[in-house]
Parts: sequence; structure tokens; C-alpha cells
Amino acid sequence: MFRIIKRTDLTKKQSVIFRIIAIFGALVATSIFIMLIGFNPIDVYVSMLDGSFGSTYRFKEAIIQAIPLIITSLGISVAFRMKFWNIGAEGQIIMGAFAASYFALYHSNIPTGLLLLLMFVSAAITGGIWALIPAYFKAKFGTNETLFTLMMNYIAQKFLMYLQYGPWKDPNALGAGKIALFSDNASLPKVFGIHIGWIAAIVLVILMHIFINKTKRGYEIQVIGESENTARYAGMNVKKIILSSILLSGALCGMVGMFQVSGVNHTLSYQVANGVGFTAIITTWLAGLSAPVIVVACFLFAVLQQGGTYIQTAFNIHSSVAQILQGMILFFVLGSEFFIQYKLVRNRSTEHKIGKEAA
Amino acid sequence: MKRLTALMLTIVFVCMAVLSGCGLSATDNSENSSSTSTASGTTASGSSSTDANGLKVGFIYIGSVGDVGYTYAHDQGRKYLETTLKDKNITTLAVENVPETAEVEKSINNLIDQGCKAIFATSFGYMDFVEKAAKDHPDVKFFHCSGNKSNGTNFVNYFGQIEEGRYLSGIVAGLKTKTNKIGYVAAMQIPEVIRGIDFFTLGVRSVNPDAVVNVKWTNTWYDPQVEKDAATALLNEGNDVIAQHQDSTAAQIAAQEKNAFAIGYNSDSSKAAPKAYLTAPVWNWGVYYVDQVQKILDGTWKAENYLGGMKDGVVDIGPMTDLVDADIKAKVEEAKKKILDGSLNVLAGPIKDQTGAVKIPEGKVMTVEEQQSCKWFVEGVNGKINK
Repeated sequence: MFRIIKRTDLTKKQSVIFRIIAIFGALVATSIFIMLIGFNPIDVYVSMLDGSFGSTYRFKEAIIQAIPLIITSLGISVAFRMKFWNIGAEGQIIMGAFAASYFALYHSNIPTGLLLLLMFVSAAITGGIWALIPAYFKAKFGTNETLFTLMMNYIAQKFLMYLQYGPWKDPNALGAGKIALFSDNASLPKVFGIHIGWIAAIVLVILMHIFINKTKRGYEIQVIGESENTARYAGMNVKKIILSSILLSGALCGMVGMFQVSGVNHTLSYQVANGVGFTAIITTWLAGLSAPVIVVACFLFAVLQQGGTYIQTAFNIHSSVAQILQGMILFFVLGSEFFIQYKLVRNRSTEHKIGKEAA
Repeated sequence: MKRLTALMLTIVFVCMAVLSGCGLSATDNSENSSSTSTASGTTASGSSSTDANGLKVGFIYIGSVGDVGYTYAHDQGRKYLETTLKDKNITTLAVENVPETAEVEKSINNLIDQGCKAIFATSFGYMDFVEKAAKDHPDVKFFHCSGNKSNGTNFVNYFGQIEEGRYLSGIVAGLKTKTNKIGYVAAMQIPEVIRGIDFFTLGVRSVNPDAVVNVKWTNTWYDPQVEKDAATALLNEGNDVIAQHQDSTAAQIAAQEKNAFAIGYNSDSSKAAPKAYLTAPVWNWGVYYVDQVQKILDGTWKAENYLGGMKDGVVDIGPMTDLVDADIKAKVEEAKKKILDGSLNVLAGPIKDQTGAVKIPEGKVMTVEEQQSCKWFVEGVNGKINK
């Protein structure tokens, strides 16, 4: 009936319209779902925004949710730029949190400043190494990094589970499987009521923007992303660049682990990453890997999440409605990508040969 | 291309945000009315907790209210609170599926942000986070279920002498088993769970001294698959009655599949496994919730820890199904009557531990402190507690 042909006729304006339609499509589709479970979608959307902007407290909560998303997205974007599909941010966050917690729990007598620095550095290194393992195997044996990094998540999580219910179990918890709360000198200081991770996030975004666009290594990463052969022809040491950049990618994710345990949770649990590593893949992708846009995309996803928590108590509906909305937006936006690049044409036998590729 | 996508996406979001910002002045009351009317079903007229006689009460649950178990029982209590104090302008807000992590603190702060002045946190692992929140919010009253900490001003713990219900359900299991092997699927190695196993076993052995109770740990409060696997393993080892300390009904379902019998927990779950379910130790939290909230409204509330028994109605043994023979029912009713009139105290000695050593001597009763730090199994339990 229909054929799919590549289109080149679309103006910028038209493709913008496509994307706006896609987002409204997502909102409408989610509205239908919300109506089906018996609520007024407009009310729900409005109170989701109210849940993030309605009071200083709620706004701060949204920022606190945005911080780990932003830094993790930065880490993922470095890897994605080289078409290295790092799905392992979740595990890298966990391992970073693990290393930071080791110092917080067992060397808490070190003075605050030094202790925090140790936690920070060890988290970055451990997260980096956790990412470096699959990168090394890819460089050496050509293993599939998507599967490898994904599986590393589960290893990290089960390892923490072991610690939580085993050797690191809080002896004062009467047998409950939990790790003790950190002492106060292992807690990140706050600025304007939010732990200083937000300042780190801003600094990292600026550094990342400069790194990718203004430095030689940033340029090399971009070239490798476009074509490895070109990079090789230009005399770049592709393997070395990939390995060092993945180390950076994992290190950024590892830092997130430190910010979460020290700034937010004040303890470690195997749920420390809480899906951030996966949500950040979405935000990174939606932001087109660009550091400044990542800030906006992550903040808006944080708003969605915070709003989702709010509607749970306000309407007694599950916070997963917010996740459905996130999923819908991603689905529709990626779907619109198809219609921007291809179009459907009614099948006529004469034109059959001209048709490029069928899905 | 992609960059543009993201840009557009964000622009639309910003538009949404701005739009709602315009509507915010109007939202202010819609927020109140939506949260009060939909969450509670009462028709509070956009009022906040500062009303003369009105109170917003928050509940934090470890599981889902649909678990027909622990969380369900608490939620029944919440509903009972709402209907009983309907004309007192009580609003309740509930958050489900809050893990025993820093999420607790966040959920508490969210509830306080929405105006809650009393918060019931219903899982053991919430304790340290509740303690911290109580320090940060001296104007809010915190009730922590099943723990052992309190601060004497705005943070108390509450629980019930569920051991009485456990003991009675043990009588049912002890008389029902043919193999003299009873399986017990248990969540965490904490005193609350250990005590449950101990007094269940004492109930079993009070009528059947030859029976043993085999314990399997799951390390989770709520994971139906893990719970079911543990129950199935116990059934395969020859246990023909399964008891449990979990938040779901998975163990009962496993028993039904293997044509065995099951003792539930928390609430009447006869519908989940009609061919296996015998009875269960159950909670009636509403009794306590109404009492405390009423006292807050009256201004007579004091920071007192609570441990209520069958006499208060907080704990009970659920209705016994037709699978329980009449003579067993009679034995249970008889023991229940003795508990109610005080002639039977399940906590009284002599109680021996697994090694046969007397832990609670004759004439002594297990104290609250001994209960809250109980880390030993009684004689007749086949299981291990990690140090």
C-alpha cells in the first residue's frame, strides 16, 4: 500500500512543527490514559507543575533531582559522542557511591574538607574504572559495549546488596539490612539550602562545553564519532582516545554517586542510583548530547519526577503516571524523527524502483 | 537535527511551565481542594491544617496498598481513621512503595510541605530517618511503627503484641500438620520477625510438642516471587503447613499449589488462596490511629510509646476458614478467651532457646526491652540467625 522514501524537501520550520506536534501527541496520549483512570488530565498536569514550582521547598527538591541527572548526562554524552553506547551509568554511579561511602563509614575521623575530597576523588576513580573495564574489552577484543556496560550495572548492584546485608550491615540496626548513617563531617555543605552538587553541576557543564568545542581532545572525540577511519587517517590514536574518554565518562558518573550519598542520602543503599543512570540516557539523547541543552532537559525531567511524586499524594494516583508521560514524550519525539527523515507515499508500480528502502 | 529536537522539546516545556505559572495564583486553592477532596473524600473547603479542628495526617508505606498484607492493613487503618473522624475535618495523605532509604526523608518532607502535622511511618527500616526528621520538624508529630526509638517529645514508636495472634495461629498449625514439619517464610532477621517465629512456635508446641518449625529468610519485605520460591522450597522439604512474615500473600498461594495449608499474616487473605488459607494473625491499626489523632485534636496527646494487645483490639486472630476443624477452632477460642481474661500470658516463662537453655524463667515475663532486642529462637525452631 505505502512505501517509505527518504525526504529532503523538509524545511527547518516544517521539522520544528513536526516535533511540536509530537510533544502535543505525547501529552494527548497520556491525557487519555489519565482520563481512563478517572482523573482530569489538565488538573493533573497543572498540579504536577505546582508540585515543582508551588513552593520554595518543592523547587529545591526539583533541583536536587536535576543535579545527578545533569552530571550523569554529561558523562554519558562523552561516550555517546564517540558512538560508545554506555548504558552502564547506573553501575558507575553505584560504584562511585561505594568508594565514597567506604571513606565516609570507615575513615570518618578525617577532617571534613579532606574527607570530602577523598570521597570525591575515590568515587570518580572507581566510577571511571567501572566504565573502563568494558571499554578495554571493546578495544582489545571487540566486545559489544552495550551489553557489557548493562551487565556491569547488575554486578555493581548485587555487590552493594551483598555489602548492605553482609559485611557493611549496621551493627546497631538489630539485624535490619541497612548501612549506618554517615557522620556529619561526611556530609556535603549546603549553599542556598541545596548541597553544593548544584555548583559542581554548573561548573562541569561549562567545562564540558569548553572541552568538547574548544580543545584538541574534544575535537578528536567529535571526529571519532563521525568516522573512526577518518580519525585514524588523520593520525589519531583512536584506542587511546576512546579509553581515556570513557574513563572520563565513568568518572563523571562516579562523582554522582558521591554527591548522592554525601549530599542527599547520608547513607549508602543498593538503591542509591535509583534509575538515574537510565533516565540520564533519555535526557542525554533528547539534549542532542549538547552540554548546555542537557541542563534544560534534565531540569524538565526533574520537574516531571518531582511533579509525579506530588500528584501521588495530591490525587492518590501512582507516581508512575509521570514515568508514563516521560516514556510517551520519548516515544513520540523519536517517532517524529522518522517522519522528518522519511515520508510515506502511496504505492504506484512505476515508481517502485525509485523507492529507496523499506522498513 | 537532534539538537533542534531537544531545543524544541525544552521550549515547549518552558511554555508549559510559564502557562502554569500564570495559573499559579488560581492554582493555590485548586491545590488545596484537589488534595483534600480527592485524597480523602471529605469535602474540606480548601482549608489547611491550621483550622480549628482539622488535621492533615500523612502515612508512609513500604509496599503497595494492594498487597492484601502489611501495607493493606495499615491502609485499612487509615480509612477507618477517616470514616470514624469524618466530621472532624481529618485529611489523610498516603505515599506507597517508599523504600527504606533516604526516600523516607524525602517523602516525609513532601508530606510536611503539603501540610501534614502528624506522620505515621510504617516500616522498621524507616526508624533512623524518622528520628532525624523529628529533630528537623519539632512541630510535627511522628509515629514510627515497630521500632525501638523515640524522643519523648514528638517522636514515638508503636506496635502491638502480635505475639498473641502468632501464638493462636500456631495452635491451628500445630494441630493441622500431619508431617509435624511447619515451614515459615520470614523477611528480615530483626527482633520483630524473630519474635513472631518464636511465639508462633510456642503456640505450635503447646498443642503438638513433636512439631518443628523450619525457617527460610528472604531478606525482603515485599517480593512475591522470592517469597513464593522460599515457600515452595519449604513445601518440597516436607513441610505441610506454611506460615509467613511477609507483606504479600505469595506464601499462601504457593501452599495452595502444593495442596498444603497456609497461615497468613496482617489481614484476612482467604480470597488469595481459598484452598490453603486457614487463618492469620491480623492487625487492626485503625483503633490506634483514631485514638492518637483524637488525642491530638483534643490537645491531650502525650509522647508515649505504644504496645497494645488483643485486649485493645489492635491485634487479633483473623476468622478461621472451613478448612479448620471444629475441635481446633474450639481450642483456639479457648486460648483466646484465656488471653483476653488474663489467665494466659504468652510472654510468660518458662521459655527455652534452641539450645535448651532457659531464657525466660518460670514466673517471669519477657520485658519490652527483651522483646525489642530478641535475637534468639525458641526450642523447636529449625533456623539460623546471623550474628
